[in-house]
Amino acid sequence: MNITINNIEVWANPGETVLEVAEREGIRIPTLCYLKGFSPTGSCRMCMVEVEDQGRLVPSCAFPVYDGMKVKTNSPEVRRARKTIIELLLANHPQDCLVCIRNGNCDLQSLAAEYGVRSYRYVGQRRKGKLDLASPAIERDPEKCILCGRCVRVCHEMQNVGAIDLINRGFNSTVAPAMDRSLNTVACVYCGQCIVHCPVGALREKSDQKRVWEAINNTDKLVVAQIAPAVRVAIGEEFGLQPGEIVTGKIVAALRRMGVDTVFDTNFAADLTIMEEANELIERITLQKTLPMITSCSPGWVKYLEHFYPDLMDHLSTCKSPHEMEGAMIKSYYARKMGINPEKIFVVSVMPCIAKKFEAQRPELGKEFQDVDAVITTRELARMIRVAGLDFSRLPDEGFDDPLGESTGAGAIFGVAGGVMEAALRTAHYMMTGKDMPVIDFSPIRGLQGVKESTVEINGIKLKIAAVSGLKNIDVLLKDIQAGKSEYHFIEVMACPNGCINGGGQPLPSTPEKIQKRTEAIYKIDKGLPKRCSHHNQSIQKLYQEFLEKPGSHTAHDLLHTHYIRRNRY
Amino acid sequence: MNNQSIFEAYPRNDASLLIPLLQNIQTEFGYLPEDQLEKVAEHIGIPLSRVYGVATFYNQFRLKPLGKYVIRVCRGTACHVKGSLDILRILESELGIKAGETTKDFMFSIETVACIGACSIAPVIVINDEYFGGLTPKSIQKLIKKFKDKG
Ligand code: SF4
Ligand code: SF4
Ligand code: SF4
Ligand code: FES
Ligand code: FES
Repeated sequence: MNITINNIEVWANPGETVLEVAEREGIRIPTLCYLKGFSPTGSCRMCMVEVEDQGRLVPSCAFPVYDGMKVKTNSPEVRRARKTIIELLLANHPQDCLVCIRNGNCDLQSLAAEYGVRSYRYVGQRRKGKLDLASPAIERDPEKCILCGRCVRVCHEMQNVGAIDLINRGFNSTVAPAMDRSLNTVACVYCGQCIVHCPVGALREKSDQKRVWEAINNTDKLVVAQIAPAVRVAIGEEFGLQPGEIVTGKIVAALRRMGVDTVFDTNFAADLTIMEEANELIERITLQKTLPMITSCSPGWVKYLEHFYPDLMDHLSTCKSPHEMEGAMIKSYYARKMGINPEKIFVVSVMPCIAKKFEAQRPELGKEFQDVDAVITTRELARMIRVAGLDFSRLPDEGFDDPLGESTGAGAIFGVAGGVMEAALRTAHYMMTGKDMPVIDFSPIRGLQGVKESTVEINGIKLKIAAVSGLKNIDVLLKDIQAGKSEYHFIEVMACPNGCINGGGQPLPSTPEKIQKRTEAIYKIDKGLPKRCSHHNQSIQKLYQEFLEKPGSHTAHDLLHTHYIRRNRY
Repeated sequence: MNNQSIFEAYPRNDASLLIPLLQNIQTEFGYLPEDQLEKVAEHIGIPLSRVYGVATFYNQFRLKPLGKYVIRVCRGTACHVKGSLDILRILESELGIKAGETTKDFMFSIETVACIGACSIAPVIVINDEYFGGLTPKSIQKLIKKFKDKG
């Protein structure tokens, strides 16, 4: 069918909304509550347009097209209405932009600028809400909340957690956990997807920047940083570079200039994880232990299982997540090698992830001292680079330090959903047959779908595998395991849709185009490396020779594996 | 009816039964205790945050128990004309709570209601089931003192 938008005739599918057609045609309509892929609630009215014969403005995100419809997206009346909505939102908003985490990256702020709001026309009573700073990972500032409900839909419908909801009514409405408690007392998994989808500064990560600066400024501490696979393909966005630009060397250079003493690579530990995890998989299969084995490198996913499926804890791989392994190796192997007292080492993980802030504090992840001392997100590192006065895009490319800095393509692809599985298969194949896979690229588990599955045959054993991202998608598979119906041997789970490249700590906003570009960049790193299988990493081989003996050894278990904790659902 | 049997009457995992189930629990307990909300979430198979969201959205639900004495102050027209607002304010300051709240010791709750059909003796309040009419600032203070002393 045809409809007319701003006097231009365009083609539309029945069932589409006005907003969807306009987006396709490149006509911008501002939105606040709209969330692509979710049913519209039509609550904020920011997306209002004029439709001839309707006699009123309609929300374009929820209004279906009809043949011959005539739409105006930017008439004076529409603009006036939108401006009023913004002014009303500002009336009970703390006008805090200068000191707000989202200053310069806030939908409300940019809409106010776009619609030329130049004064506070309405003076309203401020909404009250309890500032919630109690959790180790996420802070909530309900006074800044514009009640768009995006975080709620993401938490319930995408992550299947439901830690927060709209509570109370009318002027007292706010978004909060049950009983208006703090986030750290409910089953929030700290995935941070609510932050990613919040248009304003009402949700933010708990910042660890100060602690890292303090460690850097403390001459007694040796500060060792490590960067996760997904950070290097995303942080450039914070400095105006193209999404998917690979800036590994610049990050290393930036960290050194900030005063970090040693820079290692979490990709190294990803290779190490693969050695341990592939070995564990083979052991579980040959000794007929609990199957399917499920990956444990996404701390949001691990916490989800502990809260909602504690009876399935035996299915989780006992491997620590890569940055925890790296931390453990830094404070044991590296410290011993260098003759440094591990107590003096401060390990900083630069992660795309919010949940890793929580993970780093888990008491079982460390012996005398925690494996990792601080976790900062990609966004936090970008802020620190700015504070340090560095012109990021003009930094030279520098290399990682030895010996925990070498990595293969297998380590690199940990950053995308399906990558851990693919990397593990490469090494499991080698461990089972003594040969590398004939084709290294394993396309059935690549791509941006939430559930990808396949079967691989190694040494006559047909392995049934699945890679799942976005917590909503894992429920069916877990219910099958509970019912004893699961046929899988190995399942990879990432809490965040599409994996770490779309983690809760990544640059905002996250769009499908950026996710696509970041993913492509990760595979590009893999393809471009001379070694693409973890077992070929020479520093890994040396680590086993000098220290760990072999995968699954006593020392490996002591330092690289962990256990899990039953948690409550409420 | 004990609380086990409240739940038995409702099939599990049916989200449409949330509100009737909450109503039933409130009738039983006089309010919605937190542990009951958890049971509801478990029974219906939805997150606790959603149960709480619904429970706090509807005026009919109470999340806290009422006091031993529930004082209903009529705010109908006739009572208003005869000074029911003063009566309400005095009650609020005497008890240190606002309408809709309960004292910390769970002795008194104040609620406002529309005309309760006793206009001839306006202004009127009802304490539990007992009517008190023709109130003045003085008499309401005496009345409250009497109830406080009674405990
Ligand atoms: S949320 Fe946006 S509009 Fe509000 S104070 Fe922060 S930057 Fe300003
Ligand atoms: S961090 Fe994840 S689980 Fe927690 S409230 Fe946000 S979306 Fe929900
Ligand atoms: S916290 Fe953010 S995403 Fe959630 S309702 Fe408020 S403004 Fe929207
Ligand atoms: S974006 Fe359409 S109503 Fe909010
Ligand atoms: S107005 Fe108070 S009883 Fe009628």
